[in-house]
Amino acid sequence: MSSPTTPTVARPSRPGWVALTIGVVAVIGVALVGLLIGPAGIDPGAVFLGLADALPLIEIDHGLSDVERSVLFEIRFPRVVLGGIVGAVLAAAGAAYQGVFRNPLADPYLLGVAAGAGLGATIAFASTGEPGLLAALAFAGGLGAVGVTYALGRSVGGRTTTSLILAGVAVAAFATAVQTYLLQRNVETLREVYAWILGRLTTVGWSDVLTLLPYALLASGVMLGARRLLDVLSIGDEEASALGVNVSRVRWVVVIAATLATAAAVSVSGLIGFVGIIVPHTVRILFGWSYRVIVPLSLLFGAAFLMAADVAARTLVSPAELPIGVVTAFFGAPFFVLVLRTMRGPQ
Amino acid sequence: MIRWDSVNVSFGPVKVLGPVSLEVGEGEWVGLIGPNGAGKSTMLKAALGSVTYDGSVVFSNGRRGPGRSIAWMPQRPQMPNDMGVFDYVMLGRTPHIGYLGGEGRHDVDSVRAALEKLELVDLADRPLDTLSGGEAQRAVLARALAQEAPILLLDEPTASLDIGHAIEVLEVVDDLRRGESLTVVTAVHDLTLAGRFADRLVLLAEGLVQADGSPRDVLTEENLTSHYGAGIRVVDDEDGPTVIPTRRSNG
Repeated sequence: MSSPTTPTVARPSRPGWVALTIGVVAVIGVALVGLLIGPAGIDPGAVFLGLADALPLIEIDHGLSDVERSVLFEIRFPRVVLGGIVGAVLAAAGAAYQGVFRNPLADPYLLGVAAGAGLGATIAFASTGEPGLLAALAFAGGLGAVGVTYALGRSVGGRTTTSLILAGVAVAAFATAVQTYLLQRNVETLREVYAWILGRLTTVGWSDVLTLLPYALLASGVMLGARRLLDVLSIGDEEASALGVNVSRVRWVVVIAATLATAAAVSVSGLIGFVGIIVPHTVRILFGWSYRVIVPLSLLFGAAFLMAADVAARTLVSPAELPIGVVTAFFGAPFFVLVLRTMRGPQ
Repeated sequence: MIRWDSVNVSFGPVKVLGPVSLEVGEGEWVGLIGPNGAGKSTMLKAALGSVTYDGSVVFSNGRRGPGRSIAWMPQRPQMPNDMGVFDYVMLGRTPHIGYLGGEGRHDVDSVRAALEKLELVDLADRPLDTLSGGEAQRAVLARALAQEAPILLLDEPTASLDIGHAIEVLEVVDDLRRGESLTVVTAVHDLTLAGRFADRLVLLAEGLVQADGSPRDVLTEENLTSHYGAGIRVVDDEDGPTVIPTRRSNG
């Protein structure tokens, strides 16, 4: 009697070639689509040739005008890359949080990054609304909130993660309360703040990519490096310590890296929800339990997913744009339910 | 070798253990026995440093860290549902693999050897949640053996095993400790079984050592009746003492 719920052969603890290939192909494919499609109505064929021409050692007459070339390389390209990095970071950070807290509902916003960044962004919009200040305050707010969560969690108690998660709830509620008050006092900023909360990859250039890149690389390196330790943590703190793992150190290194990257991502793209939950869980359901599989594949599929969501955000109501957070939830949620249903089978 | 020196453990205002002192030598097998809540598991956890205690616990190779020196088989292990048996046993190699390292050929060999000893080879690819209670318990022991530590602390290693498998598993442990001079401490509820395998039994009750000696010296009707508070008869023959429960109302 074997049903889909009780496979008799365990999934391997290494990502298979098939999964890695699908991931890489998805990233490249979606990125190409993102580059070919846009409101400027540039001929996709010419875009393709223009991209090929930009490769070293290749010279092709692509027929793009200078304006079209700069639309392609200064607007579309950084936006696609930024979407990829933000998606990769949020998905892998979600996986890492789920691993260190051994909680399937954990997402990178668990310890108050989102609420803190939201408060920072609201303060920025209420003062000058200047983009540099917005990113800086959102970043500082996100990190500050997690710092307070950590200090509170440590002071209330113990070695358990429960006090930490509850401290995160309290900090998020507090930051949201302050943010709501500020919004009430500055109603004219409501629209901007709300748009920011729903997430956006608009008005980005290469500078945003360069801001985010070091954090993303650092965090990805740490999370990939810790992928085997995340598997060890799955047997609980006590048993993992008995195996010589310094559990609290591993937890904090991973959380700090994931939080830094999340705060950096949020500061340039707003609060894009849902990616950190559905991508790692979809990867887990499709490809296996091990974080040695989940972390690298979440990076790839997170990038592909967010770039695809951005294509939808740009095209569905063109020439207007949908907030990308709306797209990730609107298409992500049904897709996620579909994956859950097909893989788990009738209970 | 492992030695507890005047170890005391309290959970808040409640004292659960101590002061206890006990030394177990290389190649020696000591069985901790005693009623529920006597402090057996707590004593093992003090050695791992997973409960805070006063006093000291010293063990050979201690500088290499508890993971390499002590292999612990928990009484209630947390077993991730989807993880395969092979990968689960491989977790036992964690102390030998650096934080950023990967498992090497020697690690794979150690895991295979542990799986063979506990007859788990055919189950190597099975997810943990498809195992029976006894199979799961053998997987946990295999994980502890894969650690290749000189000290084995086994908390109820046979609780879910039928009598045949219980004897088999304890014989595996016995062969290992004789072959490789392992120090073995087991907390066991089956007193007869404990007496068959351990060189020495230590009776813990109310957090204190009440008796310490050979199975014949410790498994006496007087000791057991007074500390377990039940009708118990002991029959001693060439195999050693056998503990028989009796009903006071029928007696």
